[in-house]
Amino acid sequence: MKTRKLLAAPYIVWMCIFTVIPLGIVVYYAFTDSITGALTLSNITGIASYTGIFLKSIWLALISCAICLIIGFPTAHFIATRPKESTQKLLYMLIMLPMCISFLLRTLAWVALLDDTGIINNAIRLLGMKPLPLVRNNGAVVLGMVYNYLPYMILPLYSVIVKIDHRLVEAAEDLGANHGQVFRHVILPLSVPGIISGFTMVFVPAVSTFYISQKLGSSGTTLIGDVIESQFKTAYNPNLGAAMSLVLMIMVFACVAIMNRFSDGEAEVIM
Amino acid sequence: MSKELIRLSNVTMAFDGDVVLDDLNLYFNDKEFLTLLGPSGCGKTTTLRIVGGFLVPTSGDVYFDGVRINDVPPHKRKINTVFQKYALFPHLDVYENVAFGLRIAKVPEDEIDERVTEMLEIVSLRGFENRKITTLSGGQQQRVAIARALVNRPRVLLLDEPLGALDMRLRKDMQSELKRIQQAMGITFIYVTHDQEEALAMSDTVVVMNEGVIQQIGTPEDIYNEPKNAFVADFIGESNIVDGIMRSDKVVEIFGRKFDCLDAGFAPDEDVDVVIRPEDVDIVPFREGQLTGIVTDVTFKGMQYDIIVDFKGFKWLIQTTDYCAVGSKIGIKIDPDGFHVMKKSKYSGLYGDYSSYSEEYEELSDPDADVGGEESSDDKEVAEDENA
Repeated sequence: MKTRKLLAAPYIVWMCIFTVIPLGIVVYYAFTDSITGALTLSNITGIASYTGIFLKSIWLALISCAICLIIGFPTAHFIATRPKESTQKLLYMLIMLPMCISFLLRTLAWVALLDDTGIINNAIRLLGMKPLPLVRNNGAVVLGMVYNYLPYMILPLYSVIVKIDHRLVEAAEDLGANHGQVFRHVILPLSVPGIISGFTMVFVPAVSTFYISQKLGSSGTTLIGDVIESQFKTAYNPNLGAAMSLVLMIMVFACVAIMNRFSDGEAEVIM
Repeated sequence: MSKELIRLSNVTMAFDGDVVLDDLNLYFNDKEFLTLLGPSGCGKTTTLRIVGGFLVPTSGDVYFDGVRINDVPPHKRKINTVFQKYALFPHLDVYENVAFGLRIAKVPEDEIDERVTEMLEIVSLRGFENRKITTLSGGQQQRVAIARALVNRPRVLLLDEPLGALDMRLRKDMQSELKRIQQAMGITFIYVTHDQEEALAMSDTVVVMNEGVIQQIGTPEDIYNEPKNAFVADFIGESNIVDGIMRSDKVVEIFGRKFDCLDAGFAPDEDVDVVIRPEDVDIVPFREGQLTGIVTDVTFKGMQYDIIVDFKGFKWLIQTTDYCAVGSKIGIKIDPDGFHVMKKSKYSGLYGDYSSYSEEYEELSDPDADVGGEESSDDKEVAEDENA
C-alpha cells in the first residue's frame, strides 16, 4: 500500500505545481483589482457585458457537438461492425491520422481552402462563377471545430460500440426487431456512455477555442476563448481574463455534470 | 406430436471452405422436444442458428410449415431463441427484458402487463420485475431468458446450451422445469447440448451429431440401447467396445470365446463392434467367470464403484456395487441382452477402450469441461471448433 502511494507521488507533485497552484492563482486574480490588488467582485460582475459572447461560444460548441455526433455515430458504428479486426484497426488509424498533424496547421489548411482567394473559390472563379463567402462566418468556425474535434467523438463511440455483445443484436432480431428497431432499442441505449464522453470531449475544447475562431471567423464570430486571450495579451487585464476563465470552467463543469445525469449514473464517463 | 413443422433438406454449411454441416437432412415435429447432441464442433449450434435464421446455409433448403424460409430474416420467423449465456439486455430491467418482443410487436400496454406477469409467474420470478439483470444469479438470468422468449408465444423455441453455465444442482432442477414448461405450453423445443445425460432426461427425440453429420436419430431409449456405431455408443453413456465376430445369428465371439446374444441379421463371420455397458457386467468368483481379468483401478462414485478390469490387455469399465480390491482376480458374466452388436464403421477402434480411463472419464463427468471453449461464439460460430 505504501509503495503504491509512493508511486503516485510524482504525479501528485506534478498536479500540485501545474494544476492546483495555477488554479489558485486564477481564483486570486479573478477576485482582485488589476491596479490596486484589493479584493473585489468587479471582475466577475464585469463579465456580464460579455454574456452574448459566452452564449455564442456555447451555442457554436453545441452545434459542433451535434454535427460531430451525427457524423461520428454512423462512422464509429461502421468501424466497430467490420468483421475483420485488421479492417477495424486500419479505419481507426485513418480517423487518428489527422491528429498527428498540428492543430494549427490543420486549421490554416482550411483557410487556404476556403479563403476568398483560396483553392475552392479559385476553382469556382475558373468555372466563371462568383466566389462564395466560405470563410469568416459562423459556418466556417463550426466547420473548423467539427473537423478538428471529430476524432474525439468517434473514438469513445467506437470503443463503446465495439464492446456491445453481438448476441444482444441477435437476441433483439430474434424477438422481432428489424434493423431500425435493433438500433433504437439496443445499440443506441447501450452507446449512451460513448455519446456522453464524445460530447464532453468535443464540447470542452470547442467552447474554449480561440484559434479556430480567429483564423476561420471574423470580428463577428469572436468567442469567449478569444476574449480571454485578448485580456492577457492585448488588453492587459489578466484579472478579468482570470475571472472569465473561472466562469467558463464552472460552466463546463456544470455541462459535464448535467450530461452525466443523462447516463443514469450507470455509465462511467471517460474524460 | 407427429406433424412435421420444420425440415432441413440437404443442408450444407461451410465457413471459408471449412464444412461444418455436410448434407444434413432432418425434420422437427410439432410440439416435440428434440435435442441436438454432440461434442463441440459437431455442427449442432450451426444447425440451430440455421433454424433461427442467423445463418443462411451454403446449400440446401429450410422449410417451416412447408414454406421455404432460407431468406426469411430472424425477426420475421415465428421462432424464438434462448441464447447461450442468455444475451439479456443489460440496460433493461427484468420486466422490460421480458416485454421487449411484445413492445416491438406493438402489443397494447395492458396486454403486455398481463402476459409478462403471467410469464414471470411461470418461471417463478414474480417480484423480480424491477431488478437489474446484473444483480441476478445465473439461474435467474436463465429463467428471464426463457420468459423473454416464451412470452412471444413462438411455434418453436430454440435453446442453445441454456444450462451450460449453471451448477449441477440447478441444472437438474431446470431440466425438469424446462420439460414441464414445454409440455404445459405445447410448443416445439429444439435443444442443443453436449451433455448426454441432459439429452436423455428431457427429450422426445435425440439427434446425435458428429463432424457435421447425423450419427443417429431416435428416442433416448433407442439411442442408449441400440447405438448405431461406436461413436454413439461411446458418446451416450459409458461403453466397453470390443472387436467381435458374428459367428451366426445370436452368437458373437469376443476374446476367442462364443457368447449368446440377441442380435441377428449379420453375414456369417462378419467382423463387428460389440458394445457392453458397464452396468450389464456381473462380477462372479474367478472360477465361474465367462471371462477373467485383474482389477487395476477402483473409484468410489457414491451409487457404485467404477472398476477398471484388465482382460488380456484390454481394459474395461465395470460398474458394480460390490467392492473389489485393486489387484484381485475376478470373473465376469454377461447375459445375452448385455451385448449389443454394431456394424463396423469409421469410428471402429477409436472408442470404448478404458486404457486411458482417467482423462477421458474426468472430461465426460465434468459439467463445465466444455463451457469455456464455446464462450466467444461470434457470427461465424468458430468457437464451436475450438474444442474439437
